[in-house]
Order: sequence, then C-alpha cells, then structure tokens
Amino acid sequence: MPDTKTKIDFELNTEPVEVAFAPHKTLLEVLREDLGLTGTKHGCELGECGTCTVLLDGTPVLSCLVLGLACAGHHVKTVEGMAEHGTLHPLQEAFAELGAAQCGYCTPAFLLAAEALLATSASPSREAIKQALAGNLCRCTGYIKIYEAVELAAARMRGEDAAPRKESLYGVG
Amino acid sequence: MLRLPSFAYRQPRTLAEAFAMKADAGPDASYVAGGTDLYPNMKRRQQEPRTVISLMGIQELEGGKDGRVEGGAVLGSCVTLSALSNIPTIQHSYSAVATAAALVSTPLLRNMGTLGGNLCLDTRCNYYDQTYEWRKAIDFCMKKDGHICWVAPSSPRCWAVTSSDLAPVMVALGAEYLLAGPAGERVVPAARFYKNDGINYLTKQPDEVLVDVRLPATGDWDAVYHKLRRRGSFDFPVLGVAAWVKWERGAGSRERVAEARVVLGGVASWPQEVPEAGAALRGTVLSADAIAAAAEAAYRPAKPMDNTDFDLSWRKQMTRVYVTRALEELGRRRSTTR
Amino acid sequence: MASGKKRTAAFRVIGKALRKVDATAKVTGVTRFADDLFLPRMLYAKLLRSPHPHARIVSIDVAKARALPGVKAVLTGKDLPIPFGILPVSQDEHALALDTVRFVGDPVAGVAATSEEIATQALDLIHVTYEPLRAFPDAVDAVEHPDPVIHDYADAGNIHKLIDLEFGDVDAGFREADLVREDLFFFEGNTHLPMEQHAAVADWSPDPSGKLTLWSSTQTPHYVHRALAKVLELPPARIRVVATPNGGGFGGKSDPFSHEIVAAKLAMVTGRPIKITLTREEVFYCHRGRHPTLMWVKTGVKNDGAITGMHFKSLLDGGGYGSYGVASTYYTGALQTVTYPVPRYKFQGARAFTNKPPCGPKRGHGTPQPRFALEVHLDKLAEQLGLDPAELRLKHLVPPHSLTANWLRVGTMGLGRCIEKVVGGSEWKRRHKQLPYGQGIGLACSSYITGAGLPIYWNAMPHSGVQLKCDRGGGVTVFCGSTEIGQGSDSILAMIVAEVLGLDPGHIAVVTGDTDLTPVDLGSYSSRVTLMTGNAAIQAAERARDLIAPHAARKLEVPEERLTFADGRVFDVERPEHGLGFAEAVVLAEAALGTVGTVGSYTPPRSPGRYRGAGVGPSPAYSYSACVALVDVDPATGIVRVPKIWIAHDVGRVINAASVMGQIEGSVYMGLGEALMEEMAYRGNRNVVHKIPSLLEYKSPTTLEMCDVVTYVVEDPDPNGPFGAKECGQGPLLPVPPAVANAVYDAVGVRIDEVPITPEKVFKALRRKEKGEDPRFGPTRFPEIPWPEPTRVPTPSEGGDGTAVGPKPATASAKR
Repeated sequence: MPDTKTKIDFELNTEPVEVAFAPHKTLLEVLREDLGLTGTKHGCELGECGTCTVLLDGTPVLSCLVLGLACAGHHVKTVEGMAEHGTLHPLQEAFAELGAAQCGYCTPAFLLAAEALLATSASPSREAIKQALAGNLCRCTGYIKIYEAVELAAARMRGEDAAPRKESLYGVG
Repeated sequence: MLRLPSFAYRQPRTLAEAFAMKADAGPDASYVAGGTDLYPNMKRRQQEPRTVISLMGIQELEGGKDGRVEGGAVLGSCVTLSALSNIPTIQHSYSAVATAAALVSTPLLRNMGTLGGNLCLDTRCNYYDQTYEWRKAIDFCMKKDGHICWVAPSSPRCWAVTSSDLAPVMVALGAEYLLAGPAGERVVPAARFYKNDGINYLTKQPDEVLVDVRLPATGDWDAVYHKLRRRGSFDFPVLGVAAWVKWERGAGSRERVAEARVVLGGVASWPQEVPEAGAALRGTVLSADAIAAAAEAAYRPAKPMDNTDFDLSWRKQMTRVYVTRALEELGRRRSTTR
Repeated sequence: MASGKKRTAAFRVIGKALRKVDATAKVTGVTRFADDLFLPRMLYAKLLRSPHPHARIVSIDVAKARALPGVKAVLTGKDLPIPFGILPVSQDEHALALDTVRFVGDPVAGVAATSEEIATQALDLIHVTYEPLRAFPDAVDAVEHPDPVIHDYADAGNIHKLIDLEFGDVDAGFREADLVREDLFFFEGNTHLPMEQHAAVADWSPDPSGKLTLWSSTQTPHYVHRALAKVLELPPARIRVVATPNGGGFGGKSDPFSHEIVAAKLAMVTGRPIKITLTREEVFYCHRGRHPTLMWVKTGVKNDGAITGMHFKSLLDGGGYGSYGVASTYYTGALQTVTYPVPRYKFQGARAFTNKPPCGPKRGHGTPQPRFALEVHLDKLAEQLGLDPAELRLKHLVPPHSLTANWLRVGTMGLGRCIEKVVGGSEWKRRHKQLPYGQGIGLACSSYITGAGLPIYWNAMPHSGVQLKCDRGGGVTVFCGSTEIGQGSDSILAMIVAEVLGLDPGHIAVVTGDTDLTPVDLGSYSSRVTLMTGNAAIQAAERARDLIAPHAARKLEVPEERLTFADGRVFDVERPEHGLGFAEAVVLAEAALGTVGTVGSYTPPRSPGRYRGAGVGPSPAYSYSACVALVDVDPATGIVRVPKIWIAHDVGRVINAASVMGQIEGSVYMGLGEALMEEMAYRGNRNVVHKIPSLLEYKSPTTLEMCDVVTYVVEDPDPNGPFGAKECGQGPLLPVPPAVANAVYDAVGVRIDEVPITPEKVFKALRRKEKGEDPRFGPTRFPEIPWPEPTRVPTPSEGGDGTAVGPKPATASAKR
C-alpha cells in the first residue's frame, strides 16, 4: 500500500530522530508536519524559489524536492539547529543587526545557504555571495542587507572585531 | 501546499535490482535521480507513476567523480551538476561541459540534479508545465491528458522544447551515452539519443537507464556553450548554443577549421544540430565572414515557438547573435591558448 | 498633533539603527506565520476554481465529493450569498461564485477534509456545468464592447469607473505655453509575489453563542473582521481576527479574501479548526496587483520648463472585480501635482472590468504608472527645450507648505535636496549624454502619500489607536491594531514609546494585529503605519508620562515641569542624579491611581478639497524621492542591465535607520523588477488563462539581477509626522522605472514608453531607429471613452474654495 507509513531514522540538527510518514511526503512536509519544525518555509513547492532550503549532509538542498525517505541515515540541518546553547549563530546575529530579515519568511533559507557558503569559503567576495545565494528569492530586501550580513558574519567568524558599516545602516550623507 | 501524489518508493542498490523492480512495477514505474525534474512534474500531475525507483544509491552510476580523462572522460549519470561543474579536469579539459552544468537553474538545484537527469530532462512548454487545474482550463494538451498542441493547434505533433543545457553540449562534442537495460547494454551517440518530438523525445526505452556519458579524448578541438535566458539563475535556456570546432593541424600560423558543429538548445524538441553552420566554418580561419555565414545558417532553421519565456521572433533573432558570440569566443580561445 | 511637543533634548532612540523587536524570532525560524499554525483536529480546506474566464454557472453537483471518505464539508456559493468587497462602493465579490464566474481561478466551491490530499481529490469530483460567456481579455476590448456586462453596476457597459476632474482652464494653460507635447505610455500589470503564500486558520467555538477566531496572513485585520461579520452574519463581538506576521505583503494581502471567509464558514459548519494555504498559482489568482494602465499626457511648458497646464488620461485594466480599483483609478491622477507646480490640471480616468484576476493596490498604489509616464514625458520635454533634466526639475519644485491645483496640501518638501544628492553622487553632469554608446544614465523623481487622508469606509473615528499598559516592574506593553508585514511596524511602536518614556526599547512589549486585544488600526497599507500609529503611540506615551510624573514629582519634591524621563529613570533636569527608576515611578502612580494605562489615537487632518473625488490624494505628509539609474544596453540583443542606482529619499525623520535603509533598498528592488521583467501575462486567445502563474516564469530578480544601490537619506521633518517622520516603504519604488527608461534613451537613443522594458522592445525600437523610423516602442492609441461631464474645481490661485462649480456632473449618482 503506497500510503502506509514508513519509519526512518536520520540525524536532525545533530540529534537522532525516528519518524514515520507516507512514502510520498517530502522532507519539507516531514519537517513541518511530522516533526513540528516549522522554521523551514515554502514558497512554491516546485524548486522555483529556494525558500525551503535545508542542509542535507552539509549541502544546501530544496527540501520540497527531497523525498523524506531519501533522508534515512543522513544528516539534516534546519534553521532550528543554527543557534547553540541559546546563542545566535554569527549569521543570525548579523542578519538581525542589519535588518537582513524583513518579513523573515525567506530568512531561514538564506541563513542556511550562507552557512554552507561560509563553511567552504571564509572570506567570500561579494560576487561569490551573490552566486551562492542566486537560488534564493527575497522580495523584501533587495538582497543588499543580506550580502552585508554575510560579510559581517564571515568577518566575525574569522575572529575579526567587525561592525556594520555606517553607510549600511544610515546611508550616505 | 502542492503535494506529490501517493506512490511506492524503491531504492535499489544495483542496476540489476533496479531492472527487476521496474519489471515488477510495469509501465507505471519511473526512475528518478535528483528528482528536480520528476517531482515538480508529479506535483503538477504531468507524470503520475505509481512506483518511483531511485537511482541515487547505485554505485554503477556514480563513476567519473575522479575526473580521469585518459582517452576521454567517463561521467556517471548520477554525478550531481554541482559536482560535475567542480571537477578540476572537467573544468580544464571539457570546459563547455562544466560551464553548461554550472548554468543549470540554481546552486540549490544543482546540488540535487544530476547529469543524467539533465540529459533526459522532460521537454518543456508553458502549456504543459502547469498544474492539473490550469491544464484543465485549456482542456489539456496532447503531451498529457489532451489531444491538441496549443502551440500549433493544427499540428499532429507536440512542440515542447528541449531545455537541457548539457544535451546540446554533448551532441556538439560527439559524446556517447552508455545505456543499460534488462536486455543488456548499448552505446549511442548523443545525437541519436534525442528525437524531435515533444512527447517521444528520447530513443531510450522506458526500462533503460542512462549509465554514463563518454566524452571524446581531448585533442585539437574546443567547444563553448552560451545560454540565453531572462535571469542569471533559475531559468531554463530559451536558447542554448553549443559550438565545437576541430582545428586542422599543419603548417602555417593560420590554423583552419577542420570540422565544426553548431548545436542549438531551446529551439526544437531536440538539440538541433545545424550542419549548414558547421559547413560554413569548415576550412575557414573562423573569420568574421565565416562566423557571419554560420550564424546566418543557424538562424534559418531555428524555429522557436510561443511556448517559453520571451517573444518568439526575438528568440529567433538571437540565434544569430548567440551563435556569433559563441564562435567568436572559440576564436579568442584559440588565440589565447596557442 | 502631539508630535514630540515636549522634546528638546537629543533623541536617545529615534534615528538609531536598532535591531527590530522581532529580529531574533525571524532569524531563528520561531516566528509563526499562518501556515505554521497546527491545531488539534484541524481539517484542511481547498477551493475549486473556475476553468472559465467568464461563464454563468448552470449547476453544481457536489454529491460525489461529499461522499469521498475523509471529506467533512463542501460549500458552494449559495452557502455564502452575501457579497463583500474592500470598498463600500464595490461590494461585488462572493466568497464562492453565486451564478457567474469572472476569471480563470474565480473560486466556485470549498471543501474541508482530513488531509490536503483528500481535499484536493474531492475538488475533481465536483461537477460544475457552465454556460460560457464572451470574455474580455483587456481594457480596450472591454471599453469597446459593452456586452455582455461583467458586472451590472458599472458606470458604463464594462467601464467600472469614469472620472473627469478639471482644475482650472487647461486649454488656457496650453495657449500660454511655448511648447506643448503629447505622449502615450503603457505600464503593464505586475504582482506583489510575497514569498509567503496566503494562509488562514479558522476556529469556531460553539459555546455558548459561538465565537469565531481567524488567524490570517492579512495586512488589514480590521477590514477582514468587518467582511466576516457581514458575510457570516455574526456580530463583530463574536469574531476575532488575528493578523499573523505576513511573509511579505506589498499590498497583496489587503483585501478580505474568499479563502478567509470559506475557511471561517467551514469551521462553523464542521466544528473543527480549518487550515487553508494557497498554492503559488492561487496567489496569482488572488492578485490585487498593479493595474495595467494605458496613459496619455499632454503638457504645456514655458521655455524655462515651467508647466502651464497638464491634461492626463488613464485607462486601467481592473480584472474581474472592484477591489480597491476606484481608489486606484483616482490615484492614477492624484499625485501628478505634488512634485512640480502644475497650475492648471485636468484628469480623466477610467477603469474597465476584464476577465482576469482583480487588480488592486500594489506598493505605490496607482501612482507608479502615472509617475513613469510623467517622468519620461518630462525627460522628452527637457530635451526639446534643450534643458538638463535635473536642472529643469530643480528649477520648478512645488514649494513646501503649499496647496496644489487639485487641492492637496503639501507639507515639507525635500525633493530639491534629493535631486542634488543623486546628481552629485552619480556624477550626473559628467555622464549624462556623455557616456559611450550602450551606456546611459537617467533621472526621475517621485512623491508618495504618508497614509491616506480618509478611511476606506466613511467614519469619524480615528485611523489608529494605541493602548499602553505600564507594568509595576518597569515594562510597558503597547497594544495596537497595526500589522507587521516585515516593514518593521512593531519596532516603530516600541521605539517611539521608548523615546517618550525614556526607556530601553527592549523593555517594551508589543501586541499588534488582534481585533480582540488591540484597538483598531486600519491596516498596513498606503504607507500610513509609521505616521498614524506613531502619532497615536506618542499621544499614549505622553499621557502615560503625564499620569506618572506628578507622583514622581511629589516623591522627589521637585516641580513636575523639571522632571524628565530618560535612561530608564525619572529625574530632575537640573540635578540629574536626583531621581527615581521608571519602575519606582510606576509603582507610585499605580499605588495612587490603580492600574496605569493610557490610550492614544490619530486622525489625519481634514483635506481642503471638497469636491467629489477629493478623498483620494490627500495625505498628512508627502515623501519625496529622486533616483539616477546607470544602464548598460546591449545593442545587438536589446538586453538592459542596471549595474547601479543612486536613490535619495526625503523621509522627514528617520525613526529606525536600519528599517529605513531596508525599505528604500527593497523599494528599489521591486521597482527594478517592474522596470525590467515583471509582468502578469495572459493568453487572451486561450481562455484568458494566466500564462505564467509560477515563481519560475513570473520573473522576480535574483541576486544576479539586483543592482548596487547608493542610498541617501534626506530628513526634512514634517509637522504632521511623529517626530517629523514620513513614509519610506513605497515612494522609493516610483522613480526607478522611469529612471531606467530615461537611461536607456541616453544609452542607445530609443524611447521605451512601456514597462517592463524588455529586450524585445528595445530590440524593436533599435530596429526602427536603424530604418529611420520613430525610434520608440510604446502604445500608439488611446481608445475613445465616453467621459462624463467634468467636475470643475477652481484652483486655489483662481480663488476657489475646494468645491466644484457649475452643474453637477452627469454620472454623479449616489454611488460614492
């Protein structure tokens, strides 16, 4: 029977989970509906906006097009797994500081895509950031505060004592 | 939320297991690799397999990641597009392949989508790539659930367009595909893998699996890929130009084109080779005149239809410009690499 | 108004770039959007939508759907027969079509089932018999064919609304002119495309007399509250509407929607919570976005560029329903006069019904279209006069604190400073007309309202209300009906109250957008929230200060006038060390008075215009923007890229600097999308289906299309704004499309008088130029429209009093 629930184990935000669901459910649906983690959002469910981005074994993927069953034995990271011990991840901190989250709906996706970028590139250029985030749509920010937040977080993750530029927050003259 | 219909999911570990599962499930079964083409189609009810067989856990399909190129590279069909575009030897020796792979959709999708998936990508049409409810409002089309091709209502055939970035490159390079099925293996030239029909666009049998892609040995040839689309990411090509030239060895500083192929994506149901364009280049030094003649030759048969982004007459006009630019790049590459 | 009247010292909170009050929740994924709500026993609802653009419903058979296991209820039009609509003059929508469907996607039936999958399956089991009617794919077709009517209440045939306003003798103005020019423009429709698809959850508590709660991603909970009461025939007191944080709005969540009403009714019928979440395609059908607008403008100017008269005509393609359309139509003619003096002005506007999803308010509501026309038109006039377009504008600015010909009262006016900023920053003088072929630079300006002067339904009550509760622990809670849609309205409330009471904004709790808990605010639209809730919050906070101060003064033995509230303390300004903690002061006040709470509210000043139609355009304050765009045009393809934009915006006064920057950059982004690629496209010859209802094919710029932005924030505090603040969330979008169009002309010498400026259009215009034809792409004709007798209103300079003169216009029925 196709609709019979199947149980799988995987690692979610560094913790083992066991969950049973119908085979046709996507990772997006399993996270939101079967595991109660609604931090992962959706904007089209067709892979056309990037809003449902999560990290699968460290790689950003579209959770709306990943079958839940395909995640058995793998590691999934969602926005809920970013802050540790009550402390925001430097990217979360920088997004909050710069107003890179306006409505906040695409934010979890951008944070995870940016986290994957910074995991492989400690000092990405502006162009590299644009390329890495080119699969995520945002309608509020015009992306600029997002780039600046990624740059700020990257600097802090390199151990620099960085602060937002004055023009970022107040404009020019 | 747009959801998948219910189906049974199978995860074979070997090709033999996959064939057995396919035979077992019958015509209502579909193979899936990255899922970035099939799952959206299933959510829109364009495809409704009752069994989905994943190819992602099969070792035989994962070759090529090491990027070995002696006597030509072999790329496993399940290598992801991200991985493919980042293999250093592919970037170096088959840059058109790496370029085309890196131009597919978005970084996120490329982390999931595979080489095989892109080469077998369903043809696209904005009368077809719509939800069930939308298609119902136009009484469907012949590619799924209906009888007419809305792009050309008097046409007996479907005009959905090839939208793969890698397929035209493979045809231009003269790559070969290894197919495996219950009846055994066969190797087909990339050009013969495709058919100019929006519905039956592949010569692959439904139970066959694309195992790997064999790229020709490196040598005195070069290829480039140029893509036209509205945005720098997400969008499928409305025109793809793969251009390949083989330089004539010999005396003299002015090397000549021994052979050339120009293959267009996004203007027909298959990657459309334009032999006249190649002919126009043969024996030339890729002069501006020769390029113009080839571009003109490519422009003539390009037949974009009103079923993708952009106005079709403009897309046809762009064939000239994009073929010219691709050939000009080949010319520049020769002068800088030699 | 109480705009910080007692303040003399420097601001401690206002003007800073503070982290928004909801920032942490948003970066951790904790914010609960409507679709994130899951209630026990919840059912899922889906809507069956019309596959016909225009048809009569002959019959609906729901028996098979009802019989499907898991289906709990099926509703059709007759279950919700009472019409609704956002404007009192266009109550023309039904939650489910009663007898006529008016666009592909018009809701016809609603199903509740135990899963979304079953609800979806059930839709296919509903059998509807339609009798197709002739469909109208565009406004010109609808104007030229009055039959069959899409609605029977239109002003004429399929023309929903006709407006004809005349302020002074325009023909005399043209006679005085040294140059008169006419141009035609078209602005294609586009949509908001919030990343969050609309969603709602309804819950019905049956006991004792029933209470409905609706959580919805709405920008206007108050209007949804009213619509639910009307359609469901429930007393408002038995309905609670909670606006969940909107995952983007941009105007697209400002109407009461079918799905909200159907979810509510299904909850009542089944006795179980109902969730409905629209698919992306359905969001395109909700639409209410930018009206496709055809425009004709004729302007007379003196040799120095001074305008002597202007005549502007617009034809809006409204789609299948009224929505905000009457207001949108007026807006296409309202704000032409607030940037450069237009001494005599005539406006004729028409809105047609067509068989497409309804248009409504999108960021800039009705004004980006005429602004595009006007700013490109001015660029052409400047060229003909041999004047620099920046100089022409700078020389002719509407004076601050003045009245326009159409009786709009302008307050502060920082456009001149905005122009100087972008002209200087972009090195305009060195670049304009001097860049190599293919590169160009263009300038445009704009203005936008900071809230509308009138509410959507006539009433004499405040537009915004705030309640304040001071806690004996020193915290303060602000209650306000405003809706957080990402623009930062919750944070504005916290910052303003913190400023007045001298508190840390982190000590202010904010409760918003809940009709049970918060006083009415009309909603997040028309850029009204900062000004209106801000003024209400200042009043409430000042009253709290006045309530607390005497008790602190008594304790400190200092005259009350010498007390100040700052840094979490109440102290003597002459001896700052002599004071109390704010919490201590509250304790004293609470001991003496009981619970310490105050209220504040805001009503905009009355507009001087008294003619019919004067309700649209007046605002407490107008923001101003100037923009310079740099473009690269590929002459071989017509592809336009915009590497950089300079934008200056007169925001009056910055409240939260980071939010202001975000709003300006976001506006530039949306303006760029409209300028280059976004459009609602339909197949008129294929059942008027939406051609591309998806996030893939509706082209929203990605990181790779977005330009660099240099932002200049200009502050010219307006006496009507809280601490002088004006809007910044919509205005900066307006100048972007015309700046890009003017830059394209500078780059390759072709005029694209139509938005979006796509490669095809540029390519065609370049072809025409090569052939020696008119180097232009744009509309060529404005259809004949049966304009009514104009409403003639003498201008202020003619000694008018804001009322119309002469015979009443022919169509001035009791409709508005």
